[in-house]
Amino acid sequence: MADVITYRQAVAEGIAREMRRDPAVVCLGEDIGAAGGVFKTTAGLYEEFGSGRVWDTPISEQAIVGAAMGAAMTGMRPVAEIMFSDFLACCWDYLANEIPKVRYMTGGQVTVPLVVRTANGGGLGFGAQHSQATENWALTVPGLKIAAPATPADVIGMMAAAIRSDDPVVFFEHKGLLAAKGAPAPPDHVVELGRAAVVREGADVTLVALASMVPVALTAAERLAEEGIEAEVIDLRCLVPLDTRTVLDSLARTSRLVTVEENPYQGGWGGTLVSVVADEGFGLLDAPVRRVAAECVPLPFADALEEQVIPTVDKVVTKVRDLTAY
Amino acid sequence: MTHAPHLEASQLLALYEQMAVIRRTEKAAHDLFMSGLVKGTTHLAAGHEAIAVGASAALRDDDYVFATYRGHHHALARGATPEECLAELMSRATGLCGAKGGSMHLTKASRNMLGSYAIVGAHLPMAVGAAWSARLRGTEQIAVAFFGDGATNIGAFHEALNLAAVWKLPVLFVCENNLYMEYTPIADVTAVANPAADRAPAYGIPGEIVDGNDVVAVQEAVTRLAGRARAGDGPSLLEAQTYRHFGHSRADPATYRPAEEVERWLKHDPLDVARGRLAELGVPAETVTEADERATGLVQKAVEAAKNAPAPDPREALTDVWADGGAAWRT
Ligand SMILES: Cc1ncc(C[n+]2csc(CCOP(=O)(O)OP(=O)(O)O)c2C)c(N)n1
Repeated sequence: MADVITYRQAVAEGIAREMRRDPAVVCLGEDIGAAGGVFKTTAGLYEEFGSGRVWDTPISEQAIVGAAMGAAMTGMRPVAEIMFSDFLACCWDYLANEIPKVRYMTGGQVTVPLVVRTANGGGLGFGAQHSQATENWALTVPGLKIAAPATPADVIGMMAAAIRSDDPVVFFEHKGLLAAKGAPAPPDHVVELGRAAVVREGADVTLVALASMVPVALTAAERLAEEGIEAEVIDLRCLVPLDTRTVLDSLARTSRLVTVEENPYQGGWGGTLVSVVADEGFGLLDAPVRRVAAECVPLPFADALEEQVIPTVDKVVTKVRDLTAY
Repeated sequence: MTHAPHLEASQLLALYEQMAVIRRTEKAAHDLFMSGLVKGTTHLAAGHEAIAVGASAALRDDDYVFATYRGHHHALARGATPEECLAELMSRATGLCGAKGGSMHLTKASRNMLGSYAIVGAHLPMAVGAAWSARLRGTEQIAVAFFGDGATNIGAFHEALNLAAVWKLPVLFVCENNLYMEYTPIADVTAVANPAADRAPAYGIPGEIVDGNDVVAVQEAVTRLAGRARAGDGPSLLEAQTYRHFGHSRADPATYRPAEEVERWLKHDPLDVARGRLAELGVPAETVTEADERATGLVQKAVEAAKNAPAPDPREALTDVWADGGAAWRT
């Protein structure tokens, strides 16, 4: 096993491990076969598993996710790729109305064990229609599980959990992290959905982050440490199920909370998290909660403009510094 | 064609009885709605019976069926009982979906009737997926999607046809063309005369038209197209011409339909057509009447049983989101 692997390699590795383990796992999506995916996140799957398990589709997002749903209802474990998360809007009916509701409205008769994988978020200068962090869209829909790993090992472990899940999972792979390197995952590595990770310990403030914001929060924490502020950083990893326990436990140690979100402030997951904290952890707080989130504008193209919109290390540092002085 | 080459008299009589059960169940649903015992809405399929019954007779028990919100007839034809269906409409615990689905979502998964979907056209890609799955698992099952003429102008229809065609999947698309969407004639908003069949060639698949009020014709057409799908020759599209007897939904009196059109179609009632065929096969009128009486009795009992069934336990509202049976969004 290599010493380090990239996040992008981890995606393919995570899928491959499950395909080796379970013949019911099949993949479908645009350019995912011989081409290896536009982000090379399915590289090698076609060579190893062939056209009978890795299926290239037309540009038909509704058909991709709708067919994945039909296959999942009838004994398969499909893994569907939607190239850019912005394109989830093209098959939003399936994500909002069909997949998450069918189990409920049939009184438990039908289960939909599928994974919809998609490349999420900004940082690469793809402009407004290829850059949004859209996990908060899915968050508004009862019945979807939402995974958004930040490290290669988590990609593999959470992919295993997502594919094995009997419930539908939307799996957000962050474009800004694809080239990031990390420790490889041990054999049979599974990271249970709904388990946040404390990725840095600290006693002064809790930073809760997701996906691309985890490295931002960690870098901010290193900077803050130079000023004598020790931040605890939590990688939320999943939005549904939401690990509120780990956050409340951390708050019991730090008494201060900052969420770091790439999605716009309006409707972002941080709003849900801080409402739980206000409701159940108010007594743990020594200061107001703060949210660092994106501005409510479409994501602009130029780096200088993008930085203006989504959270940066500087923005996090400033917010935390102000909060610790409260 | 004046005779039924593939169906024996006894088989046709059984199909007739199924249609009679569906017709009476729809009438009961209508009456229960009008008397306030069915909440929300209903989209009755009286007039469409021959399509559900004829198609089901041509399918294997383990084939997959997907329907629309106008799907009572498909649920019944695939083995749901009138009692389960009416109890669902009346919000009873004994309903087909535990009263979580309602009229628009009748589903009988144990019979591979995998649901009724209320977003127009949404289920066509699902049927494609079920057919793909059958192929991947090496079964000889096929999948059938029943949908309305209105669905032919939805993007999902076109995506589903193309994907099924390029992957050569065992799926059969059956359009129930009842000439109307909700209140607008399909012809007013569609550039081709046969909204489904005329589009099939563009996807490289056969598109056929059948008299959807003739259970024998439907049974024959579906037998042929299903056989084609099972043999690995790919998808096809069947446009069944029919008419709904009630309005679109709820208490819609359907006054937008010309009187002579309504009259012409009511004269071509699928039950009458089947009765004519039974007579041709020498089945005595009394035998048909007995079938009608059995259907009437069954539905009457179903109405009573459903009326007497308990309401669902309110705690059920928080079950069945997840595969573990629960609904928790946090750990
Ligand atoms: C995507 C979508 N748009 C609009 C509606 C509202 N609607 C419900 S039924 C219907 C008419 C559909 O007509 P058709 O497909 O011909 O089926 P029929 O009702 O005649 O069986 C419409 C527009 C809907 N349910 N879904």
